[in-house]
Amino acid sequence: MTAELELRRVSKVFGSGPTEVQALRDVDLRVEAGELVAVMGPSGSGKSTLLTIAGTLEEPTSGEVAVAGREVSRLSRNDRARLRRHSVGYVFQDFNLLAGLTAVENVALPLELDGVGARAAAASGLEALERMGLSEQADRYPDELSGGERQRVAIARAVVGERRVVLADEPTGALDSVNGEAVMRLLRAACQRGVAGVVVTHDAQLASWADRVVFLRDGRVVDQTGTSPGVESLLAPGPSS
Amino acid sequence: MSVRHALLALLSEGPKYGLQLRQEFEARTGEVWPLNIGQVYTTLQRLERDGLVESDDTEMDGPQKGFRITGAGRTELHEWLRTPSDDAIPPRDELVIKVLVAMGVPGVDVPGLLQVHRHRLVELMQRYTRLKGDALDDLGVALVVDAEIFRLDALIRWLDAADARVRRLPAPGAVKVGRVAPGPRRRLAARR
Repeated sequence: MTAELELRRVSKVFGSGPTEVQALRDVDLRVEAGELVAVMGPSGSGKSTLLTIAGTLEEPTSGEVAVAGREVSRLSRNDRARLRRHSVGYVFQDFNLLAGLTAVENVALPLELDGVGARAAAASGLEALERMGLSEQADRYPDELSGGERQRVAIARAVVGERRVVLADEPTGALDSVNGEAVMRLLRAACQRGVAGVVVTHDAQLASWADRVVFLRDGRVVDQTGTSPGVESLLAPGPSS
Repeated sequence: MSVRHALLALLSEGPKYGLQLRQEFEARTGEVWPLNIGQVYTTLQRLERDGLVESDDTEMDGPQKGFRITGAGRTELHEWLRTPSDDAIPPRDELVIKVLVAMGVPGVDVPGLLQVHRHRLVELMQRYTRLKGDALDDLGVALVVDAEIFRLDALIRWLDAADARVRRLPAPGAVKVGRVAPGPRRRLAARR
């Protein structure tokens, strides 16, 4: 198995002096192709910072990030943007679809921006929509779709083409539980086809769709499922005991 | 859970044998609550004694003996279905008790303890979610799994809230547990 996304000892500090905020501290995270990992933590735990750094939208203060096998810090600004367009897809809580484009145009857009011809991009877009069960809605505009359908379009847009990593920020936050479940089912299926997925959330029900749940507290990975902390860890003096 | 009323519900569909009742009960509840056959027959005997079911006119006990619901049984079943469950008094939840007790035990890292329980509950929830992923077409299983996921979710949310409260505490050792007057349980009871 190859790690499509790898964060090694990543730290991020915002501001300096008395206003300094340490958003991430020595975070290690490795996500394989085909794996969906949930990063779970309360507001302010560093989840969103982790996602923007994993998506190469922000640089870490220290540590290394590798996406699709490439060390991000060694890439030029342009190469980094290209890597992002080509390999990374995003799913946001509020869908972020362009209102003036149809569903299929929204899905095909990242491919066109990446230099794929319009016809080939549209064909790939339609195929991605079909996998989300939305081929009938391909020519509709976002305001003609339900919330659940809009998020499915957003997932199609995130996985279209040769994306290797999908990053989702509370993707079901704006949906009811049945639609939220449908979205997670599709996101999981997309990962099982070989994409590495990370979903950040404070919601355990959402996190439970993941293969592995990583717990983030105060910018640190404190625990993850698939490991069993011993009883002795209870008696160790914690930060607030 | 009322086995008595679950059996009445199954018999309301038509006469059934004891063994069949056990199999149907387990199938409908996603096999989450296993039922032993002795428990089924004991319950059926009591239902018969109370006039809520009738059995075949055979002296023979065992798998060949059929049961059917009576008019009184139907009335009892419908009354039970409409009766709200008693949720007014907080249940004696072991997790809540452990966390409350831990607050007073010297040297225990409370956020660490909360994480141990959170970890376990999230893992359990992952298992149920996987079950849900595999069994879309079985309504009974889906409903039982949903109920279990929502129950676990409530516990995890409670742990998160407890975590946030513990982290906001002014200083170590300042926690006072169990000295609230007149006590939430009594206050809740008084509101009923």
